[in-house]
Amino acid sequence: MDGLITNLSLGFSVAATATNLFYCFIGVLFGTLVGVLPGIGPLATIAMLLPITYKMTDPTTALILLAGIYYGAQYGGSTTAILVKLPGETSSVVTTLDGYQMARVGRAGPALATAAIASFFAGTVSTLAIAAFAPPLAEVAFKFGPAEYFSLMVLGLIAAVVLAQGSIVKALAMVVLGLLLGMIGTDVNSGVARFSFEIPELTDGIEFAAVAMGMFGFGEIIANLEQRDNRQVFTSKVGSLMPSKEDFRRIVAPIVRGTVLGGALGILPGGGSVLSAFSAYAIEKKISKTPEKFGTGMIEGVAAPEAANNAGAQTSFIPMLTLGIPTNAVMALMVAGMMIHNIQPGPQVMTANPKLFWGLIASMWIGNLMLLVLNLPLVGLWIKLLTIPYRILYPAILMFCCIGAYSLNNSVFDIYMTIPFAILGYVCVKLNCEPAPLLLGFVLGKLMEEYLRRAMTISRGDPMVFVTRPLSATMLAIAAVLLIIVFLPSVAKKREEAFAEEEK
Amino acid sequence: MKLRNHQDFWSGMMFVVLGVLFMVLSRQYQFGTAAKMGPGYFPTVLGGILTVLGLMIVASAFAKSNPEAKLSPVGWRELLLVLLGVLLFAILLPKLGLIVSLWVLIFVSALGSHEFNLKETFLSAIVLSVLGWGVFAKGLELQLAVWPKFLTQ
Repeated sequence: MDGLITNLSLGFSVAATATNLFYCFIGVLFGTLVGVLPGIGPLATIAMLLPITYKMTDPTTALILLAGIYYGAQYGGSTTAILVKLPGETSSVVTTLDGYQMARVGRAGPALATAAIASFFAGTVSTLAIAAFAPPLAEVAFKFGPAEYFSLMVLGLIAAVVLAQGSIVKALAMVVLGLLLGMIGTDVNSGVARFSFEIPELTDGIEFAAVAMGMFGFGEIIANLEQRDNRQVFTSKVGSLMPSKEDFRRIVAPIVRGTVLGGALGILPGGGSVLSAFSAYAIEKKISKTPEKFGTGMIEGVAAPEAANNAGAQTSFIPMLTLGIPTNAVMALMVAGMMIHNIQPGPQVMTANPKLFWGLIASMWIGNLMLLVLNLPLVGLWIKLLTIPYRILYPAILMFCCIGAYSLNNSVFDIYMTIPFAILGYVCVKLNCEPAPLLLGFVLGKLMEEYLRRAMTISRGDPMVFVTRPLSATMLAIAAVLLIIVFLPSVAKKREEAFAEEEK
Repeated sequence: MKLRNHQDFWSGMMFVVLGVLFMVLSRQYQFGTAAKMGPGYFPTVLGGILTVLGLMIVASAFAKSNPEAKLSPVGWRELLLVLLGVLLFAILLPKLGLIVSLWVLIFVSALGSHEFNLKETFLSAIVLSVLGWGVFAKGLELQLAVWPKFLTQ
């Protein structure tokens, strides 16, 4: 316990410097902004801003900025979900169900306040959870050999696919394709430049940010443009913000449940904020005495998912920070952000860079506080932003991406690189393939090869090493069980139903 | 046998082609053994897995349980104009500098929208080029030419 307090106070001393406070503010502001705007998510934004962080001398500042965008987007997404029934982010889709109904009967204020309070509470608890659980987890990770790391990555990738939406086989194929694209560039062991076709720039591999910008930025812009939908914004009056005493009484338990559930699911690979929000809503509906009233403006239906998505967004940092394994595409970008500053994510970060580790965690709490203060008074401004038509918005996104890609290496080569990935991203949208698993595979490709190679060298080519070491065997067994379970016909049906609710 | 899901069929084919392509390309690198893996080992294995997954997806496209899905038409106008804008930006940036290339990017890509409006695009090009110059050239001090080379030299 003493250690926790010492660590957190170290963290706050780092996070509370003027520079870090400033970038934390910029991060949550940008996050809220892209959370509000549909058609651009935290992923594309982080990819756009990643190059800017290259210039920062202190990696802590860079990570504080990038993290702020991620959890800030969770806040922003709920604002528009409640007021105009437009979820800015997938994780706030469920908030539209009851939040918008509350707004329609003139209770937009309490709904917004509930969302903010729930998010803040969840943010606070999960900050503490990271601080408490990360060190023991890192202890375990120190015992990992190459075989364990390889198995952990297999488990992580499989679990990410199983818990995500859509066809599992297609998602697995996207992961494998990502791993293969990650192979492009110089092989560390032999020095051979693989799949680089004599192009000198390719021998360093493909820039992660170029892949993300191409697939998530450009690919989705093109797909969005095709839809030609005319977004119309009907705003309802916000009115008084304060929830009544009765409201408070009703939201306490859902917030706590949402936080616990979201926090737990966030740690799982593929979990993060989206799954957390959906499960929290489903549970509230199940245990409610009046489940039929959900969807008509139940305040519990706002409180629980909002707590859960924020908790999930934050605890998904735990595996990234302690094991070096990104559990979702945003975390994959964070890993890329760390590697740029020559920090290899993994258990050693906590001991080698305690200031970075605890500073980042403390900044999350400060960021959540900023969001609470920032969001409610600025609601009117965010709504105004929604009226900006997409035709004006997307050239701006293109501009930031193009200059951002250039600044990666001060070379136009990386801008060229985004074009094939934009086409791939567009093709994926057309063929109904989720692009996120590809990013996970891409960032893990070389690491996975390296661990496999080392494990097999130590065992002299005997693949049994993965099943004779207990930790490794357990992880592979869990991965196998997960795969078998989702292919069982009854579970496959349930899974489809669960995600079908999301699409409504 | 009736092809039910066109999306699955073509995505499966894409994975098969890419899987085989990676396996073929990996042949030029040493394969090695399980104990001493060469640079060709992992990509060959992955290419094989990708091919098998692709074949499974192709097969599933014929399965009765699979919902029918057709491909939506390709929006060539959006696709080509947005990418052309990006491509021109990359080509022009070193020669003509940030401002000119930004205007080209914004005008070409804005044409990709069905609601293109000349006046509006003109205004947003002014705002965005000032913003781009302020943030990237001045603020972040990126090494890039702002104006065309022939003007500054």
